[in-house]
Amino acid sequence: MASNKKKHWYDYLWIWSIVYFALGFFNILFAWLGMIDFILPLIFAIVGGNKWFCNHMCGRGQLFWVLGRNLKCSRKKQAPRWLSSKWFRYGFLAFFLTMFGTMVFQTYLVFSGAGSLKKAIKLFWTFKVPWHWAYNGSVFPDWVAQFGFGFYSLMLTSTLIGLIVMVLYKERTWCSFCPMGTMTQGICKLKNKSGKN
Amino acid sequence: MRKAANDIDRCVACGVCALQCPREAIDIYKGCYAVVDVAKCVGCGICEKACPAGSIRVTDDGVGR
Repeated sequence: MASNKKKHWYDYLWIWSIVYFALGFFNILFAWLGMIDFILPLIFAIVGGNKWFCNHMCGRGQLFWVLGRNLKCSRKKQAPRWLSSKWFRYGFLAFFLTMFGTMVFQTYLVFSGAGSLKKAIKLFWTFKVPWHWAYNGSVFPDWVAQFGFGFYSLMLTSTLIGLIVMVLYKERTWCSFCPMGTMTQGICKLKNKSGKN
Repeated sequence: MRKAANDIDRCVACGVCALQCPREAIDIYKGCYAVVDVAKCVGCGICEKACPAGSIRVTDDGVGR
């Protein structure tokens, strides 16, 4: 679709999404690279007042499109309306940030020596999956790896949720309640409001 | 004429519609919501099929619902 349009290098960032998870499978320290996907959209929103990252660069969204539309893995049905309602979007953002905070706190516990490094990832904030092969010590202290496991869990969980809603509903249904998307749109709306006054 | 209209209160500004539009008639206004240029829109409905939030719809005269 729209194949007459010129392709850009950033149209292929869905490959990055796959590479990211592959790298983290072999070495959990690569999970830190996911911070790029956290910080870049915020920079675009705070400095540029736009969602250029979501609109053009989000490898996750592109992956859902490639799988859902190009490889026909989506039912393409409209998702229930509450899924993209404001209360659900901001509620999910709050939940996500809370879980992110918990993960940072667990990293702090390892940093302070009150906790020990757990070489496992947690899916859907519930199911522990052994992941010990991805870390055998490094020049970095243990908390660096702990953050890696935590962050990788978060990224994998959100991708799995995205894949589920991709199959059940429209290809990029994840985008309608993606915490980063909600956050950046919120920032843009605030910026736009304050600019007018 | 049938044109795409966007419910800006519902729009999540993900930009899928703008990417899919064959006429490049859609822009994401300052990261807040999608805006349809009705002069360019031919009412094909490709954006409506892509929109995950169900906020963009093809209606008569491009008037919102």
